Amino acid sequence: MKNIYKRKSQFLVLLCLSLVGFTSCDSDETQTVTTLTNLIMQDEFDVNGTPDPTTWNLVEGDGTAEGIPGWGNNELQTYTARTENVTVQNGVLIITADKETYQGSGYTSARLTTKGLFQQQYGRFEARIKLPTGKGIWPAFWLLGDDENGTLSWPQVGEIDIMEYLGDSPTVVLGTIHGPNYSGANAISKEYEILNDRFDNGFHVFGIEWSPNAINYYVDGDLYQSITPETVREKTNGTGEWVFNRPFYIILNIAVGGNLPGSPNENTVFPQRMLVDYVRVYN
Amino acid sequence: MKKIKFMYLKTTLLLGLFLLLFSSCEREITDPNNLATFQTNPNVFLDAPDGLTDEFFISFDPAGGANTEGFGTDDNEAYEGTSSIRIDVPAPNDPNGGFVGGIFRDRGEGRDLSGYDALTFWLKGSTTASVSLFGFGTDFMEDKFPVSIANKQLSTDWRKVIIPIPDASRLTQERGMFVFSAGTESTGGVGFTFWIDEIKFEKLGTVKLQKYFIQNGNDEEVNVFTGVNQRVTGLGAIYDLADGQSQTITISPNYFDFKSDNLNVTSAFGFNEAGEVITTITGQGEAKVTAEVANVLATGSLSINGQGDFPHAPIPTATNNVVSIFSDVYSSVPVRHYNGFFAPYQTTEGGAGSDSYNLDIQAPFANGDLDNIINYTKLNFVSIGMYEAVSNIDVSATNTLHIDINVRESIDNGDFIRIELESGTGSGATSGGSFTINATSLRNADANGWVSLDIPLTSFPGFNSRTNLGQVFFISDNTVADIWVDNVYFYTN
Repeated sequence: MKNIYKRKSQFLVLLCLSLVGFTSCDSDETQTVTTLTNLIMQDEFDVNGTPDPTTWNLVEGDGTAEGIPGWGNNELQTYTARTENVTVQNGVLIITADKETYQGSGYTSARLTTKGLFQQQYGRFEARIKLPTGKGIWPAFWLLGDDENGTLSWPQVGEIDIMEYLGDSPTVVLGTIHGPNYSGANAISKEYEILNDRFDNGFHVFGIEWSPNAINYYVDGDLYQSITPETVREKTNGTGEWVFNRPFYIILNIAVGGNLPGSPNENTVFPQRMLVDYVRVYN
Repeated sequence: MKKIKFMYLKTTLLLGLFLLLFSSCEREITDPNNLATFQTNPNVFLDAPDGLTDEFFISFDPAGGANTEGFGTDDNEAYEGTSSIRIDVPAPNDPNGGFVGGIFRDRGEGRDLSGYDALTFWLKGSTTASVSLFGFGTDFMEDKFPVSIANKQLSTDWRKVIIPIPDASRLTQERGMFVFSAGTESTGGVGFTFWIDEIKFEKLGTVKLQKYFIQNGNDEEVNVFTGVNQRVTGLGAIYDLADGQSQTITISPNYFDFKSDNLNVTSAFGFNEAGEVITTITGQGEAKVTAEVANVLATGSLSINGQGDFPHAPIPTATNNVVSIFSDVYSSVPVRHYNGFFAPYQTTEGGAGSDSYNLDIQAPFANGDLDNIINYTKLNFVSIGMYEAVSNIDVSATNTLHIDINVRESIDNGDFIRIELESGTGSGATSGGSFTINATSLRNADANGWVSLDIPLTSFPGFNSRTNLGQVFFISDNTVADIWVDNVYFYTN
């Protein structure tokens, strides 16, 4: 019996190898999703409690202190650093958006950034995330350009949204860049729709590979968008400026309500949680 | 490219042959362990019925008002392909029946649906009326795993309907492929047409369980006496769909595993004739009933306060000229109602119907016989009526009215229940008289809380026409809201 199994498995290996050989002929199957493999930053969220303060800032408030109440989007949440809104447990970072009255807001949530702690120009930025659900829930994994001590403002600083998602479209994520003359509603963006699954049902990998002349977006093993300076020129009739040649920092957050998702409705269940298994950066 | 494909095919064939050869060397699993598997055909209706019984549509019982003429197919309408199912919903007074509905059943022994997560179809209406029920799992044979959605609003263009399957692993041999039922409740009696197309089971991967629930997701509490069958109701689930909408479904108790945390209070769970899940209360104490589907705890619970033995009313002993209106000891006369629900002034609930063996409380005696009891709540006034459909009754040979009343709340000074007898209801001039039971009398109860009254008919001044009694009123003017009533009869003392 053992022999038979061996022979069978040998044969299967052979078959697999030959399949790999064949599929490599097919251009659709040879999509090169990522090329950078030199790990320069990682948080696997293996230590329970507050996220590692040497990597993450916990932003608090509703944006008023930053001069942009509602974070510039009429968002409804106040960010806190409380365990109720942000904690690491069982190997994952948990960001919780909840419906509660807190410092004048109707919702609480959390926003983590690596500003001043980890900033990087170019590379592969990737996170494995399980997303929340419901109308008005707006989580994101994104990058903002360093503001050079407040001397640069948005959108001149540049914004790379690696993953944005609306809780009432659980099969779709958005990959977007914002810069001068292509920001807000005019940003350069593309949707990725997952087939036969949904993003709030399990973990998925969201990433970009950012090089001097391109930002490539991928979800799991699918490369779905490549934005280049040429793309910016085409989309803005030459008025847009490629600002992605400076160090950027990482942000993870859940917003509630605001211009893009609209407000939660009676069917939105709270609390909602975004689980992050890891954040890794390669160059 | 072609070449590569052929090679791949060849390799597969070769592998297949090898596997066949190899597997023939292996020992087969012995027969009793070999689970029979049933076909997995997902299609129910595309352009024609797929693998359904020859009759295709099996209507609900026409004797119950189902219109068998309203069902057909339509080659002029289709979401995809050439044909759809067309349903013409009749007016309530249609001589062929006032609603349309029925099932599609698998023509074989059933299908294995365990690989799917939803029943889907496309739907279009002539107007934006609502269809009262769509679902699957009803086969008119076992009806073991029905799932349905209620009051689905139509659109005048084609829309996809998704009915999630709660625990598909249960559906390894399902005959009930589709069920629908439609009347004109949403249109005020105006008929309409709707079309159904592309009915099939699918593995969407985009339906996400939000929660299962019992008792409609509420934590409820009931006081129940020993021997009573307590129902657990409000069973369903809510799913999130890919378009951000949620879909609530009603699901059969067979998907649930029910649990009680106190087996001294509740019996094993079973089913009543209506297919509802019940537990018989076996003792005094508290038991919390919860449920799971596929090891996922449902929201909602039912906390049962077992009250111990039921406090029955004293068994009547009268034998002389008994004319009974409500009692399990005597045969009762036919009544029109035990509650006339006289709008708009009457608030009283309970006592619905005219069947004295199917009213509010059925509490078994020690020998298992049922003690039927009326429970009036929100009492301001209520009558037991003997008129119109039934005859007035003749109590002229009797001289006493017996009533057992159990007040289910504290009695304040000033509380009263006035008994009023009315003659001639519906058959001529009415007349009558009344007798008031005051708070002192209402407090004069036995250990079980029953006040047993034997009131001489002479205590009802004005009640002189005793051959045509039409109504017996209980009037409290809201002073007493919650009462049990038993053994209402006339006799000769």
